[in-house]
Amino acid sequence: MKGILSAQFTRRLILVVLTYVIVQLLISVNIINDYLQATLTTICINIILAVSLNLITGFTGQFSLGHAGFMSIGAYTCALLILKDPTLPNFLLGTLLGALLAALVGFLVGLPTLRLRGDYLAIATLGMAEIIRIMFINMDKITNGPRGLSGIPRFVNWTWLFIFTVGTVLLIRNFLRSSHGRACIAIREDEIAAETMGINTTWYKVLAFVIGAFCAGIAGALYASYFYFIKPDLFGFLKSVDILVMVVLGGLGSISGSILAAILLAVISTLLQSFSEIRMILYALILIVIMIFRPQGLLGSKEISLSVFNRLSRLFAFEKEEK
Amino acid sequence: MKKYSIIFTLVISMLVFAGCSQTASTNQDVIKIGVNYELSGGVATYGQSSVEGIELAVEQINQAGGINGKKIQLVKYDNKSEPSEATTLATRLMTQDKVVAILGPATSGAFMATIPVANQNKVPVISGSATADNVTVDDKGVKEYAFRICFTDSQQGSAAAKFALENLSTKKAVIIMDSSSDYAKGLAETFTSTFEAGGGTVVAQEAYMAGDTDFNAVLTSIKGKDFDVIFIPGYYNEAGLIIKQARAQGIDVPILGADGFDSPKLAELAGAQALNKVYFTNHYSSVDSSPVVAEFVKAFKAKYNKEPDAFNALGYDLAKFVADALSRAEKIDGESLKKALEATKDFKGVTGTMSVDENHNVVKDIIVIELKDGKQYKTYRVTN
Amino acid sequence: MEQLLQQIVNGISLGSIYALIALGYTMVYGIIKLINFAHCDIYMIGAYVGYVCMAKLGLGFVPSLLVSMLVCTLLGVAIEKIAYKPLRNATRIAALITAIGVSLFLEYTTMFFATANVRTYPPMTGFMAKTFKLGDVVISAQQILIAIITIILMVLLQLIVKKTRIGKAMRAVSLDKDAAELMGINVDSTISFTFALGSALAGAAGILVGVYYNSINPLMGVLPGLKAFVAAVFGGIGIIPGAMLGGYVIGIVEVFVAGLGYSMYRDAVVFAILILILIVRPAGLLGKNTREKV
Repeated sequence: MKGILSAQFTRRLILVVLTYVIVQLLISVNIINDYLQATLTTICINIILAVSLNLITGFTGQFSLGHAGFMSIGAYTCALLILKDPTLPNFLLGTLLGALLAALVGFLVGLPTLRLRGDYLAIATLGMAEIIRIMFINMDKITNGPRGLSGIPRFVNWTWLFIFTVGTVLLIRNFLRSSHGRACIAIREDEIAAETMGINTTWYKVLAFVIGAFCAGIAGALYASYFYFIKPDLFGFLKSVDILVMVVLGGLGSISGSILAAILLAVISTLLQSFSEIRMILYALILIVIMIFRPQGLLGSKEISLSVFNRLSRLFAFEKEEK
Repeated sequence: MKKYSIIFTLVISMLVFAGCSQTASTNQDVIKIGVNYELSGGVATYGQSSVEGIELAVEQINQAGGINGKKIQLVKYDNKSEPSEATTLATRLMTQDKVVAILGPATSGAFMATIPVANQNKVPVISGSATADNVTVDDKGVKEYAFRICFTDSQQGSAAAKFALENLSTKKAVIIMDSSSDYAKGLAETFTSTFEAGGGTVVAQEAYMAGDTDFNAVLTSIKGKDFDVIFIPGYYNEAGLIIKQARAQGIDVPILGADGFDSPKLAELAGAQALNKVYFTNHYSSVDSSPVVAEFVKAFKAKYNKEPDAFNALGYDLAKFVADALSRAEKIDGESLKKALEATKDFKGVTGTMSVDENHNVVKDIIVIELKDGKQYKTYRVTN
Repeated sequence: MEQLLQQIVNGISLGSIYALIALGYTMVYGIIKLINFAHCDIYMIGAYVGYVCMAKLGLGFVPSLLVSMLVCTLLGVAIEKIAYKPLRNATRIAALITAIGVSLFLEYTTMFFATANVRTYPPMTGFMAKTFKLGDVVISAQQILIAIITIILMVLLQLIVKKTRIGKAMRAVSLDKDAAELMGINVDSTISFTFALGSALAGAAGILVGVYYNSINPLMGVLPGLKAFVAAVFGGIGIIPGAMLGGYVIGIVEVFVAGLGYSMYRDAVVFAILILILIVRPAGLLGKNTREKV
């Protein structure tokens, strides 16, 4: 049993490393040029956001409409730090600090509001994100107000993107496989039953919320240090909805679904480049149609990694044996 | 083995595909210029208007034989009014489409988001309407590949203050500022400093957010104060409503604004009878009688069948300005174009005669337009 | 003192709008426990219908008001039938996401056809353009109109809910849907009727805002919609007088925050009130606490 597990683990590791190396190679020979790299960055950031919101909404069943708020905290913290002193250690410190601050805010907000049910929570989180945005607008001296921060040094490259994206996905995946994660899923299924089973529902809801906020903070930091420019308006209600669309499209409760949806939406968005109104209409229709015909999302709560990736990794494992 | 060959074929075909898209570009007979504008989203009207002006200018240039025999070809993309999209598109224009310069974006935030890309790729980006002070220069120095052809917010703010002091002889101002825009903050700051340096005082400063519709509360609270002019740094959408509600509450002092007032919507929102004693600084006025302006207005009307606004004029000037530099450049590449742009002197545009200064800004006059019963009535010139 | 009175006048006209929108939220929530995010966009559509009637067709104010209410009624019922009815037994999250979807759909479809540009109502003439002065307090005819129409509509609504058969059915369905159905109440048509009533009020609010502020755009509903929802929660969601009370309180609070020079924090204060109310008294000011059943 142990042997099989570790073999599987090696295969996965190989797959992950291989993805990294191939993309890195393509970048270095400029097949993935700057433009595609920007799309790649958007995809990775969206993956982090979608997976972390999925933890809150898809797995724990707590409807949050304020994810962009946490993202903005990470973005501003990191941006302010590296604007002051643009060094790599400072970027990493900024990312960590941003994530921690987002988590702290998530904790402070989550503790009282997560007692609320469903829609009330949605509205409360929405209100919270709005308050955060208004705060950033008004802290003129520090954040440059609505004008935003520009000229943020770029430290994010494919290596860091990869590390943070894989790290986030692993963190959330492992959390969900632990007993804590199962407690969260139990809350989604039936909160009252979970409570009777002795699960401290408030504690687990807050925990999921804090982890989600932490990851959103990381995503924000990556955004700031790749796109040179941030302002409070980038992190409004629509951004939160954007993230939600990814989670819903991929499947509430499916990590690989969120990843797939993040990639899919980035591609759609690139294709619809010059028709932004149509893009929003399309988003809206996707939401409605999926909710009516497939309320569990494209993948539901299934994961696709086992079938597809296993076959792929077996292929590479095979290659080793051949030698 | 079979699987190997599949992967191998895939990799090869990817390489070939990528190679193709790389070589497809360079055509010697045309000069490619990128157009990176807000064609949809929040400030789509600025982008669309600018592009109309640009297209008219390019049409004229190409009809007259192009630049040293080469036609200009525009590569146009929509940045959806999003700064990050503007960055991505700038990268795409420079690395994939291989343009020699990029026009736009129209707003300062989006424009600034493309500057690092410009400096990295040594391709100039030029905006017709990015007026924020720190666009082309900041405390780290001049941004090498960024230019603009409009005045800055501080030039505009201090022109408004001078006008209030000298032409209107007012001493006590109230500022009602759109605090959600960098533009309005810049204006408010320089208005205040120039106004106070000239002996005036700013009695109160109030703020609002873009999209607000109800200003009664703020107006009621300033009504109790003693003042003789209101300065509204902001855009016509809210300024129109502020003017309407102020006049309805019986506040009838002169109201002063900036180029954000320039839209027929201002009169629709405020109502014609509220628009008396209203002044604003601008790049250009269609009631201006100089021959350059008249000629432009005629050509514009012939093509689009409407009266040109300031963004139309700025877009038009922008394309001509870049074409002028291209015709003087040693070679058609980013670095030579940058040098030519820096050397621009006394370029005669619709929006004024401009010379590029050491900060990549232009030196030109500012026009103040007076409104009477909602119509442009008279223009004044203020020199900074 | 005059300033205080003037601010109260300002607050009441703003609050009336919130109250009208809040009523729709509160009724729909009361009956199917759904935050109808699309409600604020029905209000926006109401403003656009009014614009077409007054600016393009040249109708007067009262006919435009009626047309706009009618169109919104139909729209509200259609949305309920197409988007919400299939989800009546789905999870709350699914329904809420659908509502957001419908909301975005209305906003961006309007934007697609009418563009994002601000539209303006034609200038008012005659009585509608008058202002009255009581000492130093200025009241415009439009402000009076808003207050009067709001009060008339609310009284009508209260009468419908309390005195008619269908009103009784509405109350029954909101109390216990299954039991109501067993008693022979047609639940479907009762829910449709609720949407119809709420949407008509939103339509009225839309055209009143158009006349009063003279400026409409496809996203005009978003912020007032959220604030109206806050108003509904404040008064106790599902309770009609609560929504009115909430609307006026939020309107007046906003005006005072702005009047004191903190207009930049106005929205933050409203949301802070929301979060506070949700934590301290989730059932709202006029609401009763209920125990959750398994």
